[in-house]
Amino acid sequence: MQRDGAGALMSDRRAVIVGASECDLGDTGLSVLHLQTQAVTRALADAGLSLGDVDGLACTSVARFSATQLADYLGIEPVWTDSTFAGGAAFEMFVARAAQAIEAGQAEVVVISFASNQRSARSRSLGNLFEPHTPEAQFEGPYGPLYPLSHYAMAAQRYLHITGAGREHLAEVAVAARQWALLNPAAFRHGAGPLTVDAVLESPLISSPLSAADCCLVTDGGGAIVLTTAERARDLPGAPIHILGYGESTSHTSMATPEDLVTTGAQVSGAIALHKAGLAPAEIDVVQIYDSFTITVLLSLEALGFCARGEAWQFVQNGRIAPGGDFALNTSGGGLSYCHPGQFGVLLLVEAVRQLRGECAERQVSGARTALAHGTGGILSTSATVVLGVDR
Amino acid sequence: MSEIELPPIDEITAPWWEATREHQMLLQHCGRCDAVQHYPRALCTLCGATDQLDWVVASGAGVVDSFTVVHRALPGFEAPYVVARVRLAEGPIVLTNLVGRAPDAWRCDEAVQLSWRDLSDGRALPVFGPTES
Repeated sequence: MQRDGAGALMSDRRAVIVGASECDLGDTGLSVLHLQTQAVTRALADAGLSLGDVDGLACTSVARFSATQLADYLGIEPVWTDSTFAGGAAFEMFVARAAQAIEAGQAEVVVISFASNQRSARSRSLGNLFEPHTPEAQFEGPYGPLYPLSHYAMAAQRYLHITGAGREHLAEVAVAARQWALLNPAAFRHGAGPLTVDAVLESPLISSPLSAADCCLVTDGGGAIVLTTAERARDLPGAPIHILGYGESTSHTSMATPEDLVTTGAQVSGAIALHKAGLAPAEIDVVQIYDSFTITVLLSLEALGFCARGEAWQFVQNGRIAPGGDFALNTSGGGLSYCHPGQFGVLLLVEAVRQLRGECAERQVSGARTALAHGTGGILSTSATVVLGVDR
Repeated sequence: MSEIELPPIDEITAPWWEATREHQMLLQHCGRCDAVQHYPRALCTLCGATDQLDWVVASGAGVVDSFTVVHRALPGFEAPYVVARVRLAEGPIVLTNLVGRAPDAWRCDEAVQLSWRDLSDGRALPVFGPTES
């Protein structure tokens, strides 16, 4: 218990993360609600809690009323929900909203979850995503961009043009992700063997300069995390993970809107989150960055301040972001080689929590005390950063 | 390129699409703050004015901000084709196609010139090609 200014006892309502889990990953043949149920119940079991404890729920892509639909399926009546659709960044945004709801006393136990069966259901499409009433349907759809791929491809083309980097430098991100995946038994490419720069370069171009190997996987999967008060966490079995900071930015949804393709909202969301945490980028021990495409990682590393503008392509060379390198990045194998169920944001958080708890076996980053998870949604449209920490 | 789905129109964008029939590319102009914007909207995103928006005709000059050669065509398109962001001389950036040259021959920052692709209903899509020099 803490004391308030008047000396009265007050409970510690600071929000902490007490549970984290994946659902089944890969090519599952399971329904979305079945996978959601796995994610939620496994994360609650990990926390030492049960569905009866849950009074807050945040998720996306279950149905038109996502949290409502999932609550009904789970047989609960939450007093707080959030179904904000912001692509893969939504889950880092949910951490902020859930922490605020818990700290304000609106909820006690919140589950944030996501699941998709996009691989086994063959539901992934690169086009026809422009809703007819939006300006993009009038002014962008007629030109045939792949969504979201062609936007990232144009960002990559611009990045290579202004930095002098080549496709082989982008490839380094995919090569390192594969090396991490070889250490993660849950990774889709765990048994696939190493990936070489040459193999990335020889992979078929989809939207130049990005090849198939520059693009994230299309898999089933998902996960969940559980948040509650620090007070409640004292009665639970695991070490609570502290939420040190969070920030977000929403910048555009039209491909023509960004003034500068290589400056992303991560510059805003990261600065806010790190400021709130009182940490500098160099004080983060393990980093999980949404790797929808290889270029996403380079742009995010720069925008988050882990290296200077225009230098990420050099920063990632020579195995620096691979296992054994001095910058622990995307230790699960990432969206590129571990799992990409359409919105990877929740799995960034699951891996960050596991690293801070020291549960990552062969891929464990020794002594990790701080972690940063950075989600990106749409076409670099939404950016959200969460900084986590653990007492050691 | 085979026929694409006809783009929708709304009450704000109707004059823009109508002008394409004459191969004129309009840009929305704010009479209050003089900003030029694209796509057309019900407000000026610079000053917020909702009642002083009119139109100017684009010069047709632009520079390639970036581009991508699409190798996996969407329905109605034939790969490879070039999707690009072109920065117009007037300031706004537009999404477009680059035409009139081998897809791999384009470079960022090179100058391009407005061209048109006619649609089946008489409207036309602004696309960009090499400058005449």
